[in-house]
Amino acid sequence: MVRFENVSLSYDGEHATLRDVNFAIEQHSFQFLTGPSGAGKTSLLRLMLMALKPTSGHVSVFGSRVETLSKPQLTAARRRIGVVFQDFRLLDHLTVYDNVALPLRVLGQPESKYGPEVIELLQWVGLGDRMRVLPAVLSGGEKQRTAIARALIGRPELLLADEPTGNVDPTLARRLLRLFAELHRSGTSVVIATHDLGLMEQFAGAKRLVLADGRLHVFEPHS
Amino acid sequence: MLHIKSLLPRKSLFPKAVALDVVQGRLIEKRRVALVQRDSISGRALVTVVAIMTFLATLSAGAAFLVAQASDGWQHQVSREMTIQVRPSEGRSLDKDAAAAAALASATKGIASVRIVSKAESERLLQPWLGSGLNFDDLPIPRMIILKLGVGPAPDLRALNAALAKSVPNAALDDHRLWLQRLDTMAGTMETGAALVFVLVLVATALAVGFATRGAMAGNRDIIDVLHFVGATDGYIAREFQGHFLRLGATGAASGATLAVLIYAAAGLFEHFAMATAGGDQLRALFGSFSIGGRGYGVIVMIALGIALLTAFMSRSVVIRHLRGLY
Ligand SMILES: Nc1ncnc2c1ncn2[C@@H]1O[C@H](COP(=O)(O)OP(=O)(O)O)[C@@H](O)[C@H]1O
Ligand SMILES: [Mg+2]
Repeated sequence: MVRFENVSLSYDGEHATLRDVNFAIEQHSFQFLTGPSGAGKTSLLRLMLMALKPTSGHVSVFGSRVETLSKPQLTAARRRIGVVFQDFRLLDHLTVYDNVALPLRVLGQPESKYGPEVIELLQWVGLGDRMRVLPAVLSGGEKQRTAIARALIGRPELLLADEPTGNVDPTLARRLLRLFAELHRSGTSVVIATHDLGLMEQFAGAKRLVLADGRLHVFEPHS
Repeated sequence: MLHIKSLLPRKSLFPKAVALDVVQGRLIEKRRVALVQRDSISGRALVTVVAIMTFLATLSAGAAFLVAQASDGWQHQVSREMTIQVRPSEGRSLDKDAAAAAALASATKGIASVRIVSKAESERLLQPWLGSGLNFDDLPIPRMIILKLGVGPAPDLRALNAALAKSVPNAALDDHRLWLQRLDTMAGTMETGAALVFVLVLVATALAVGFATRGAMAGNRDIIDVLHFVGATDGYIAREFQGHFLRLGATGAASGATLAVLIYAAAGLFEHFAMATAGGDQLRALFGSFSIGGRGYGVIVMIALGIALLTAFMSRSVVIRHLRGLY
């Protein structure tokens, strides 16, 4: 679904954040992207999200090199990817319901069509009774789940989550992980950026992409 | 493609804390919520800036309009003809004086032709009024010199007047017209000044509105980013902001323009009531009418419209520029 070929990234043209990174995200796969803080996990996710251009090398998404895609093609590709930002990026003036509905709304769908889906998904992530509140009154975990619901509502083929358990207690973290596993089982490719070793050990079967010193090391599970 | 329905397990992954308090139907029927925050501090500040700048722009436009109207009036009164009267004076030759005055007039730029009304001609013109038995040689009949003004820039009448006073003291340039010309010159200066002020205010308005829009947009970059990443097209995002900012701009511009129109209407009304008095007459003579007329109101509406559109356009360009940087 995503392929990196000799991808390097430097924000300032001097220090390399990523060096010659090569890997592929397969369909129906589940992987952790890990490494110490500042290793470049978020940067790598941003490259996959087509939010950033590599300094050199090529990023391919759904079979096409990103640099060859037109604006409408980029938008179409983006709609096939769900993303949970590290800082959630919820819109403060919209209710939980409206935040989650956003990806369907920008498609121009009428609310009568997407409304029930949004409500169903919100109930599934346990926010059925928080739909009408603004993000400001949500707890960290509730914001997290709202962001996840927004990432899922468009039925993405690829889900990118940046430190999704960074702001929640261990119990909730485990639940969220189960949610991602559930998604993976139903066919979505999942990439979770985390530096939480304990979390990864719960899913020992998952592939690990480890960033260290700007280079990516891929560890396949032994199974 | 997967489907949420098939994806959703029977039971919620999370323990239900409270039963759902939202009736699905009711939530769905509610109005469309604006994606761009409707009421924000920066939005209100923008409306205020737009209102003030529209007010100033329309006020200065109206002033320029009034001055132009008034000076138009003055210009019509200044005819294309003037006269110099040369009075007979003890010990001086009237013919010589008339010739000297005519020569001075001819030398003045902007005077197309100079004609001395001959003695015979004057006598013929005056005779019906003075009786035929008179000896015109005994009467102090002034000699008239008729000046026709050219189409180019107005002649420097003050200089001519000064020259006449120096070398032909008994010659007099038509006073009233001289005064009118001074007014005309002043009106021209005022007109240019008012037009200049108007242009400056317009430029300042464009800049202030542009910067205020950018300022109000700064807080919206997050919204642009989020809409972008959830798959909105650039056109969709631009339209959302453009529509929102057009409303903000229109609100501000309408308030500013309305205030300006009210002020002009009040001035017109005041003039109407003051007209009967001598003061009112003087005001009218000097400034024509205070009413800026249909065209004036048209200009005000155009300015307000332009400022509202400018607000929308600036927000759009900020969105487009931001999105261009995003990939
Ligand atoms: N927008 C940016 N501009 C400049 N440097 C950046 C930017 N984003 C990240 N970096 C730098 O790139 C490196 C990797 O950052 P990041 O991808 O956020 O790492 P991680 O998510 O693994 O903590 C860090 O050194 C960080 O300072
Ligand atoms: Mg990060």
